[in-house]
Amino acid sequence: MKKFVGGVLLWSAVCVPAVWAQKTAVQSIEEYRAMLQDGNPADLFEAKGEDLWKQKRGPKALTLEQCDLGKGPGVVKGAFTELPRYFADTKRVQDLESRLLSCMETLQGFNAADIAKTAFDKGEQKTLTALATWISAESKGTKFNLSQAYPEERSFYEVGKRLFFQRGGPHDFSCASCHGQDEKRIRLQDLPNLTKNPGDGVGFAAWPAYRVSNGQMWGMQQRLNDCYRQQRFPYPGFGSDATVALAVYLGVNSQGSVSVAPAIKR
Amino acid sequence: MKKNSKTILAIGLSVLAVVGCANLPSTASLDQLTADIVKTSFRDEGIVKASVLDTDETNRLCSAADVAGKPLDEETARALEAKNLKSIHWPSDGKYLGDWKEGEKIAQNGRGLTWSDDAKTVNGGNCYNCHQIDKKEISFGTIGPSLYNYGKIRGVSDPSSPDAKLMVEYTWGRIWNSKAYNACSNMPRAGHMGILNEKQVRDLVALLLDPKSPVNQ
Repeated sequence: MKKFVGGVLLWSAVCVPAVWAQKTAVQSIEEYRAMLQDGNPADLFEAKGEDLWKQKRGPKALTLEQCDLGKGPGVVKGAFTELPRYFADTKRVQDLESRLLSCMETLQGFNAADIAKTAFDKGEQKTLTALATWISAESKGTKFNLSQAYPEERSFYEVGKRLFFQRGGPHDFSCASCHGQDEKRIRLQDLPNLTKNPGDGVGFAAWPAYRVSNGQMWGMQQRLNDCYRQQRFPYPGFGSDATVALAVYLGVNSQGSVSVAPAIKR
Repeated sequence: MKKNSKTILAIGLSVLAVVGCANLPSTASLDQLTADIVKTSFRDEGIVKASVLDTDETNRLCSAADVAGKPLDEETARALEAKNLKSIHWPSDGKYLGDWKEGEKIAQNGRGLTWSDDAKTVNGGNCYNCHQIDKKEISFGTIGPSLYNYGKIRGVSDPSSPDAKLMVEYTWGRIWNSKAYNACSNMPRAGHMGILNEKQVRDLVALLLDPKSPVNQ
């Protein structure tokens, strides 16, 4: 962003009449971004998520307090920044949201497949978003440290890498079309380079996040889903292996970067 | 979905057992695992069919080169470019330049062909997402080079003159099928893939080459 303002200043030396309009537009964007840092409505989702974790819910009327997010039943602190990982009970590599779905099925008796098919802002998907927000907040400030100990985890990294570079659809886009180089923008939006560690609180380390532009709280699953939408790809199933493998690639690349989730975005 | 995942992991594990490698299965088996995961993970939604991922040789080879972290070898790249060049549809009436004002609208428009668009959505060119074009538009992306003064810099003062012929044709070709000039270009093949029609491409060529276009002021 700083760079961009610099560019406009440089411009102003060359092209005087247009300067005021440009400066004003850039300034208001800066102001808007500064304003966003004032308060994060993600707090509300966080509080709701903590409640939902402890509430007796579902056909079995049980809480999620025995859910194993990877560090043992009921351990929430520090779990988020080690996901996705391999789980021996499901024999799958799972991210936070697909793992929560398993817990809701096994502990509470919900139908995971039905919830996976539900639209993001509806029904139990809202529960998942709130839970993911709270669970991520419990690891705020810790560093990403994904396991690559299991062969399944190493394979998923390699699959995720292939998905990241997969060109397709009518526009030939891959994730790398936008996120494969340093210091690039789409319109005015800065793009992190996700082929390596993009830095603390950037890219993988910034979701779940509250999106001011549409007033929605998004988990990583929804973030990836919307990337694929804009990429003109077909619809990736919620918690599908493709989304989890991609998350493994992004998460392992982000090794050591500090999570700021739940974040706030434009 | 769960069943599928288990099957895929089972395949992955059996691959591991066969290869017997301490670290990773072979590249070919990881490619196969990826293809299987793509098959079970993506589905049709709205106007977007899962089959849009059954892509062509150009994309397949470029993706593989990206994964390997090595550019295509010269020979392969030139062969792909030749194939893409051959497929370019040149203007049926020999008219390359349309209306730059319409071209600007197409350049601004980033809509179309997502699962939240409908079949009636007029596709945009997405040009400003990646390129600077008219200097008055400050909201432009930087993935592609700046196109401000595109025609002027290339010395096109009269697009209908014989001197300008090569540049006019190149500009059409580049928009129609960018991979004809750079096999693994990041730029979509707007005409070739049916994103834009002949009239829209004509209007974009005018935006870039018409001496009256704001691009060339």
